[in-house]
Amino acid sequence: MTSETAAEPGEHGSQTVTPTIDVHDLTCTFRSKRQSTTALHDVSLRVGAGEFVTILGPSGCGKSTLLKIIAGLVPPTTGHVDLLGGRVREPQRDIGFAFQRAALLEWRGARANILLQAEMRGMDKHTAAERADRLIELTGLTGFEDALPHELSGGMQQRVALCRALLHEPPVLLMDEPFGALDALTREHMNVEMHRIWRETSTTVVLVTHSIAEAVYLGQRVVVMTPRPGRIERVYDVDLPQQRDYGATMSSTTFETLASEIRAILGASAHNG
Amino acid sequence: MTSDVSSRDGLTDQDRPAGAGVDGPDAGEELPTPAARNAVLRWTLQAFSAVWRPGLLLILLGVGWWVVTAAEMFPAYLVPTPGDVWATLLEDREMLATHTWVTTYETVVGFLLAALIGMVAAVLIVYSPTLEKALYPLILFAQVIPKIAIAPILVVWFGFGPTPKIILAVLIAFFPVVVSGVAGLRSTDPALLDLSSTMGASRWQTFRKIRFPGALPHLLSGLKVAVTLAVVGAVVGEFVGADEGLGYVLLLASGNLNSSLLFADLILMSALGVALFVLVEAAEALLIPWHASRRQAIPMTTTS
Repeated sequence: MTSETAAEPGEHGSQTVTPTIDVHDLTCTFRSKRQSTTALHDVSLRVGAGEFVTILGPSGCGKSTLLKIIAGLVPPTTGHVDLLGGRVREPQRDIGFAFQRAALLEWRGARANILLQAEMRGMDKHTAAERADRLIELTGLTGFEDALPHELSGGMQQRVALCRALLHEPPVLLMDEPFGALDALTREHMNVEMHRIWRETSTTVVLVTHSIAEAVYLGQRVVVMTPRPGRIERVYDVDLPQQRDYGATMSSTTFETLASEIRAILGASAHNG
Repeated sequence: MTSDVSSRDGLTDQDRPAGAGVDGPDAGEELPTPAARNAVLRWTLQAFSAVWRPGLLLILLGVGWWVVTAAEMFPAYLVPTPGDVWATLLEDREMLATHTWVTTYETVVGFLLAALIGMVAAVLIVYSPTLEKALYPLILFAQVIPKIAIAPILVVWFGFGPTPKIILAVLIAFFPVVVSGVAGLRSTDPALLDLSSTMGASRWQTFRKIRFPGALPHLLSGLKVAVTLAVVGAVVGEFVGADEGLGYVLLLASGNLNSSLLFADLILMSALGVALFVLVEAAEALLIPWHASRRQAIPMTTTS
């Protein structure tokens, strides 16, 4: 593994909270009536404050399970996770979570969906409203505040979900293939926006994806996972400039070398599996 | 009630009142009248488009009925003429109104209780596996037992007043509420429940803000079935032992071979059921305008 230690916080880690996420020898086995499946096998990972880590792998490699264990939504079979200095034993509140499906409340407008976060947490209404307005502006949802989810495009629904996950300014943002259901063009656009939002908010982000381009474009580190059993194959440091132009990044040598290297690893594991 | 598809496309030009454009959201472009008048007009058009088809069918049936009686295919004491029934409705309106009120009262109270009990049972079943195992067989038992068979016992226990009718209405109406309520509460997106726990929401908050509103579409379908069944329950109760109500009048008219009164009574019973059904539909339109089954607006899609 290339980098086992927490990555240098860089210019984003202005806060002094250290290792934000610490995953220790995690194993997770699901038992059904017929068989038991090892979703994760001996997974260890450290994520520093303000870092953007992407977890990349084919379906069934346990990457979503890993994210859910970090969030405290699924208990691990063995091993443990420390989040923001505390042991994870129950669903964590200091995080924002975004899913592949936007998972919006159908009966609420975009703004009201974002404010659900504030209502559940009992946040100050005035502060919440101000933050919601700022996020709506930041994600370009202005003018669609009252639109119901079915009146919004897939990309816009995902942006609403992102605003909702960011409303309480969580130190950690966990994203489970948030752009997986979008078309390629919208997805690229969302990647650029996601990167910008991360730079502007200095949140620690762990994003799960099965797109190599997305993983390399967004991540400061790319964690490559392989299935059966789900484990971390390699971790890559991404050496790309902070201010990224999408087109230029995609055609840069650094990007192409890294992407093809990752593709080779994933391809090899697919053959072995 | 017609679906909005037919109300939007089913009207031919001759069906529309003169001067009116389309009954869609863009009617305003063709009618430069004030918005309020426009809304009233649109509402009228929608109501008209919902009513004209069943209305027409009803008129045709009425004509058929009239033809049968005018040709004297059956003796008048078996099938009265529409005119006779109309006359009975007018002559006995005070008596019929009293009895209709009694049945309405029993039905509505029974329905409301059934809705309440059914929803509470659904919540208990969904939230507690133990209660689910304990309650479901009992509920099923209460459903499969013939209600008419219980009616005499209820009359013995509670007398001739409204109580046994209300109990019967509840017994017959609450099953669809339970089933639809359980289905609705179980249909919550698991991602929303995960999300809710990362928000630190309490069970009550999750129920109130996520699960219950999400269950409403299912629940309202169940309530629509329940309200029509509640009428049946009340009338069955009146059959077995009553001194007032539409069911009682029906038995009385049947005993006297008063077919006009019999038919008038039947019409009132059906009207009661339809009216209550329409009320629940209206509640549905108010409660879940966002649901796919209720959408009328053209989505304002954008490419992002």
